[in-house]
Amino acid sequence: MKPVRPNRNRNDQTPPPARPQGAVQSKSRLGDRFDAWMGHHSTTAIDSLLRLLRTPLQSLMTWLVVAIAVALPAVLYIALANIQNIGYSWQDSSQISVFLNKKVPDNQAEALRQRWAERTDIAAITYVSPAAALEEFKTASGLGQIVDSLDENPLPGVLLVQPSLSGSTPAGLEALEKVLRDEALVADVRIDMQWVKRLHQFMAVAQHVVTALAALLALGVLLVVGNTIRLAIENRRDEILVVKLVGGTNAYVRRPFLYTGLWYGLGGGLIALVLLTIGLYWLAGPVAQLADLYQSSFRLQGLGFIHSLQLVLLAGVTGLLGAWIAVGRHLSQIEPQ
Amino acid sequence: MIRFDAVSKRYASGHEALTRVDFEVDRGEMVFLTGHSGAGKSTLMKLIMLMERPTQGQVFVDGRNLNRLSSGQIPYYRRNVGVVFQNHQLLFDRSVFDNVALPLQIAGNSPAETGRRVRAALDKVGLLDKEQHNPIMLSGGEQQRVGIARAVVNKPSVLLADEPTGNLDPELSAEIMDLFRQFNEVGVTIMIASHDVELLKRMNKRVLGLSHGQIVHDGVVW
Repeated sequence: MKPVRPNRNRNDQTPPPARPQGAVQSKSRLGDRFDAWMGHHSTTAIDSLLRLLRTPLQSLMTWLVVAIAVALPAVLYIALANIQNIGYSWQDSSQISVFLNKKVPDNQAEALRQRWAERTDIAAITYVSPAAALEEFKTASGLGQIVDSLDENPLPGVLLVQPSLSGSTPAGLEALEKVLRDEALVADVRIDMQWVKRLHQFMAVAQHVVTALAALLALGVLLVVGNTIRLAIENRRDEILVVKLVGGTNAYVRRPFLYTGLWYGLGGGLIALVLLTIGLYWLAGPVAQLADLYQSSFRLQGLGFIHSLQLVLLAGVTGLLGAWIAVGRHLSQIEPQ
Repeated sequence: MIRFDAVSKRYASGHEALTRVDFEVDRGEMVFLTGHSGAGKSTLMKLIMLMERPTQGQVFVDGRNLNRLSSGQIPYYRRNVGVVFQNHQLLFDRSVFDNVALPLQIAGNSPAETGRRVRAALDKVGLLDKEQHNPIMLSGGEQQRVGIARAVVNKPSVLLADEPTGNLDPELSAEIMDLFRQFNEVGVTIMIASHDVELLKRMNKRVLGLSHGQIVHDGVVW
């Protein structure tokens, strides 16, 4: 062995002359780079989808888990929307029904209506004569024949009072009710708002429950997709190492996994949509029959196009997010050693 | 082209892999790195690849101080440094062509440009007829040549090789070395780690000898 030579001088052999023309660093034009970047996105998207389809059973399981987690809150949401739909037709009963004494003739009732119509705490007021009320009852109740068999009209005249904004406050309403009740022609005053309020309150609570449930299940989707992506990352460890060694950026390495997460989400969302459609189709018949029995034109409403799209996209975004979390946690641990 | 300035590397375990290493490799030079296992050859290469950072001192490659490169810049830096591994590091889930194309795809070349350059690189290493094969079907020597094609396809100015002939018989080793020599002749700066003394003698190039983390030899084979 030769003695140690700590100096940096070159020795023995003269190095070849520098040849700058030899290794030209490769640079491509910006436009080409953008095209390539777009190209990589589309090939990565397709490639990650094909990868999922190459293990159909495994992918289907993940898709189903996501689908069920998406479908559950969606079912509750649809149920709630439908109940609300029924509720809307009752909404205007936030009015005050003033029942007049029997035998109050129509002209007196009409005079009372005109007098009250001038009040500032009343927005609108209509008079329903006993005859008109009976007619309405006949068509709405489905008891037409029974009603026809009655000797006389049992219904009183009714003034339907729609309080104005100032009359709708609890205090205003109470004052108005007192004024109405003190009128000699009036037999009874009913404020029908109470139970509508209760219904709304109940719906608000139910909506919160659905939201909380949806959040929990979204968390479940995040974890399921995250765990699946973690396994995928582990399976492709070698590839990740090589890609990093030959100059792949973190974004490049991340991309296929993010697309995989997106596919899991979108696929799950689509399957959920199919499940919902089947379920609704299955229920629509019986519900329609039930509604018909009550002479209601109520029909079960599905999600509609926009909401369906939102559902699938939301599932996709959740899948993407789950992948993002997993990638962020696990990819940084894979560095060439 | 490559300059080490009083570089020391101490691992978290306390093991000091390199101690105040100084050397310089000129542009277009071909240098061998030798020493017993554990002498610090791999660590030295890892520092150039930025797989590790020095504890002390500075490494310059192509005039750039590697200490100043942020982790976000590392990928772009690595595209200018080709690496050949003893165990090839090929991906067996894709064809030879796709293996070699990887650096070009990562760098964002168009498919046409990629195809042209991959075939040129495969032609250079004499594997053009096997581009659609899976690398697992190739012999050890052929696999190593695929690895070399992948390392040079991006036309890097620096080429590193860690025991590139470690698993090959002398005849194949000579072929591989001949390839490296050809790349060197077109101006690529090459650093090859090898403990094959016979090979070093035959190549008659500058040799850096490492022992216990220090340079103990600099010159043609002793």
